[in-house]
Amino acid sequence: MSKVLTSQTIKEIDHWLGKFPKGKQRSAIIGSLHAAQHQNHGFLTSELMDAVAEYLDVPRIQVYEVASFYSMFQTKKVGKHEIAICTNISCMLRGSDEILGYVEERLGISVGESTPDGSIFLKKEEECLAACTGAPMMMVDHAYIEDLDIKKVDEVIDNLMSKS
Amino acid sequence: MSKYNQVIYSNVNESDSWTLDKYIKQGGYSVWKNILADQTNKSTDWVIEEVKKSGLRGRGGAGFPTGLKWSFMPNNDDQKYIVCNSDESEPGTCHDRDILKYNPHALVEGMAIAGYAIGATVGYNYVRGEFMLECYPRIEAAVKEAYDAGLLGIDILNSGIDFDLHNFLGAGAYICGEETGLLESLEGKQGKPRFKPPFPANFGLFGKPTTVNNTQTLASIPKILENGPKWYADFGTEKSPGTLIFSISGHVNKPGNYELPLGISFQEVIDVAGGILDGKKLKAVIPGGSSTKVLPADIIENCTMDYESLQDVDSALGTGAMVVISEGTCMVNLLKRISRFYYAESCGQCTPCREGTGWLYRILDRITNGEGKEGDLALLEDVAGRIEGNTICAFGDASAWPVQSFLNHYHHEFEYMIKNNGKTMAA
Repeated sequence: MSKVLTSQTIKEIDHWLGKFPKGKQRSAIIGSLHAAQHQNHGFLTSELMDAVAEYLDVPRIQVYEVASFYSMFQTKKVGKHEIAICTNISCMLRGSDEILGYVEERLGISVGESTPDGSIFLKKEEECLAACTGAPMMMVDHAYIEDLDIKKVDEVIDNLMSKS
Repeated sequence: MSKYNQVIYSNVNESDSWTLDKYIKQGGYSVWKNILADQTNKSTDWVIEEVKKSGLRGRGGAGFPTGLKWSFMPNNDDQKYIVCNSDESEPGTCHDRDILKYNPHALVEGMAIAGYAIGATVGYNYVRGEFMLECYPRIEAAVKEAYDAGLLGIDILNSGIDFDLHNFLGAGAYICGEETGLLESLEGKQGKPRFKPPFPANFGLFGKPTTVNNTQTLASIPKILENGPKWYADFGTEKSPGTLIFSISGHVNKPGNYELPLGISFQEVIDVAGGILDGKKLKAVIPGGSSTKVLPADIIENCTMDYESLQDVDSALGTGAMVVISEGTCMVNLLKRISRFYYAESCGQCTPCREGTGWLYRILDRITNGEGKEGDLALLEDVAGRIEGNTICAFGDASAWPVQSFLNHYHHEFEYMIKNNGKTMAA
């Protein structure tokens, strides 16, 4: 049993392993990293990645290269709650740059940074988040919030701050 | 106005449309059960022929005929796989999200039927990571319901047919929408596309014969077989049969996902979406996701929305994601945003794409910052031309086409900005 991974994380990793043929445990790396990152409130550490490699019985490099390739994995310490504001074309045409500027100003940080108290991470989002018909939109701890205006953004941030 | 939402979206406005009960009440799983009960009349060849007759083309953007793709699978005893591409991430596109949310059982049934047709006993549905909280639980619940009802698994309803279906969650990478990048990702690797040939039908997931289809394509299958290929084909035109879900975003009054007959006029689509925002004039449309070439108003206004019409004007139907742009929008800034996306999302495998997308973005960045130089536009065209056709996958072309088409139609806006130290020509 792993000392680093919680029993809940192990349970989730086993769930992913169950989807693939024997010997194809490498396919469970992405799911395992989601679980490990969740356990650690939003980012991965070398210790966690090594524990995943050990549990799956794959070389560590295979875990590291996945963690560094996919944008949803954070390999540096970030704030507990994640805000990702879509700024791709459909959202841009509906004012996402103003929304992002407002959030940066209100949180006192630039995109890609976390608040000094470690409560909020403003993720640099370059992909389109596939909610183009509800533009502008943002993702807060993976929940989609659409048809944004400043008032709605304020409510979301107030709510996040009261939680942390 | 044409009727909309007649096939895949026919149930999306009903309450609890995503549950097994509701799906079965609307005739869901009748095709799958008929196949299981009568494999002599509903043979694998029958399924493939019906899909061929329906004229269904892959809705992921490339438009390859689905029945033909299925017929490429080898007829041997090897383990085979059906894989669904729910890694919806082409900028402007968000209709598979609503299929996963509101009609997940159509996808489950479609995948089971596709698996039967190509001889695959296992299916994987690759869902983009960002959908983890909203769509993923819906499709995961649908699969569980189908298992509990005995519609998936081993020797399904004593038919002798096996079919296991698993959902998979990605982790944020546009390139995994490319089918071989997706397969690499399913194998737990970086999503770097494979050199083809061999194609997935011969060397796919874990090196086994595999067919990858898009969510909308597979979710269309049950209704096509239930009502017949002619029923489906007749919605559209002779060369573009059936319906397509258009994601209409940008400067319209009622952005939304609308399933419409192929061949519908551009104006009708705009009417469905409530007209141009704030009564402004139309300037341009990116007709099928950011990878398709931009079309100025005077060209697209004379188009019908189908594969041929858009090809004739040197663009493409793509994913049916229409990004509508009204007068007053700066095309230089818009292209810079598109180029930033391709620069960020290049997997880095092929040099022309990895380096070229950075060049494109940096040149556009300096133009918008007032540091554009004479010769920059020729340089943009030169770099785009060196990426196009020189990479393993279509991503390279997709990064070049926006640059080429924006420069082709809006050269004056770029020239103006270079001459005026970054000032936009758009009001």
